[in-house]
Amino acid sequence: MSEQHDLGLDSDATGPLVRPYVMTQGRQRGDAVQLDMISVVIAARAEVDEMALEPEQVRILQLCRRAQSVAEVSAHLDVPVAVVKVLLGDLIGRGYVLARAPYTTQSPVSRDILQAVLDGIQRL
Amino acid sequence: MASNDSERADDRIPAAIKILIAGGFGAGKTTLVGAVSEIAPLSTEEVMTEASMGVDDLSGVEAKTTTTVALDFGRISINDDLVLYLFGTPGQERFWFMWEELALGALGAVVLADTRRLETCFPSVDFFERRGVPFVVAVNCFEGAHHYTEGEVREALSLADRVPVLLCDARRRESDKAVLLALVRHVAESMATPV
Ligand SMILES: Nc1nc2c(ncn2[C@@H]2O[C@H](COP(=O)(O)OP(=O)(O)OP(=O)(O)O)[C@@H](O)[C@H]2O)c(=O)[nH]1
Ligand SMILES: [Mg+2]
Repeated sequence: MSEQHDLGLDSDATGPLVRPYVMTQGRQRGDAVQLDMISVVIAARAEVDEMALEPEQVRILQLCRRAQSVAEVSAHLDVPVAVVKVLLGDLIGRGYVLARAPYTTQSPVSRDILQAVLDGIQRL
Repeated sequence: MASNDSERADDRIPAAIKILIAGGFGAGKTTLVGAVSEIAPLSTEEVMTEASMGVDDLSGVEAKTTTTVALDFGRISINDDLVLYLFGTPGQERFWFMWEELALGALGAVVLADTRRLETCFPSVDFFERRGVPFVVAVNCFEGAHHYTEGEVREALSLADRVPVLLCDARRRESDKAVLLALVRHVAESMATPV
């Protein structure tokens, strides 16, 4: 379980004890959050002050009750990925949404992950 | 407190990994994605602006424009902690800049070869070879088209011996599963024996 945590995307981003793919409660503005097309996002809290948000952001929060990728949010909203990234970045900056960076082969994928992918495909 | 929150959230958020499905125009990319995906294939638009186009192979003319590229993708939930996305790469040459971003961090790629026009997958093969992205070639056997043997395809595409070549029917899930399994095994081998 825990060795998978070393496979986060932003290996050079933060100190060793901060798991970099969990971006939460941060002060960073939207443009400071590096979202990938397959970063997985989820709503962080149930109560939301909708008046403080763009209508698209309210829709994003509704979608994000289930964890899904930035690309899925984009497809469901019919809004380009680049725009969704900005809207999500703002939501993440304000603590409404949490994101997890994808596994990437820049940091080698572990055998365990490859095995899990094999098993998952076989089960289809 | 905040760190407790994030740890609990982390438990709920799977990490994603992606595999690319490449090949020429009409080779069956969307068909393959749809046959194995647990959701109907989705389509998303990526608007490439001047700022996000800072990759090579770009002429200055293109860099000043905004281009919209539609991407198909599907999803396979592996387990609670891992979700696999399959992305069909845009086939046309003018979207090659898009491949750079798509290929970044990809586990590997499937190059779908179209038996009616094998040569349309040459650019995909070139691309993944140059980037060192592990790939397999899956020959999508259309009815009425010439049936190639694995060896003929290998020769036509000048593939290294280590690159797996499979014949498939993109419409059949079992066939696509075999292709994806071959790719993941090939990725594992590539990691064990760095080129
Ligand atoms: N007979 C046969 N037809 C296929 C097969 N795979 C795909 N097709 C058909 O070929 C056509 C093109 O398939 P697509 O999956 O849309 O191809 P694509 O690579 O996504 O095409 P573009 O995205 O336009 O480049 C569709 O009409 C499919 O139904 C196959 O294995 N056999
Ligand atoms: Mg398609």
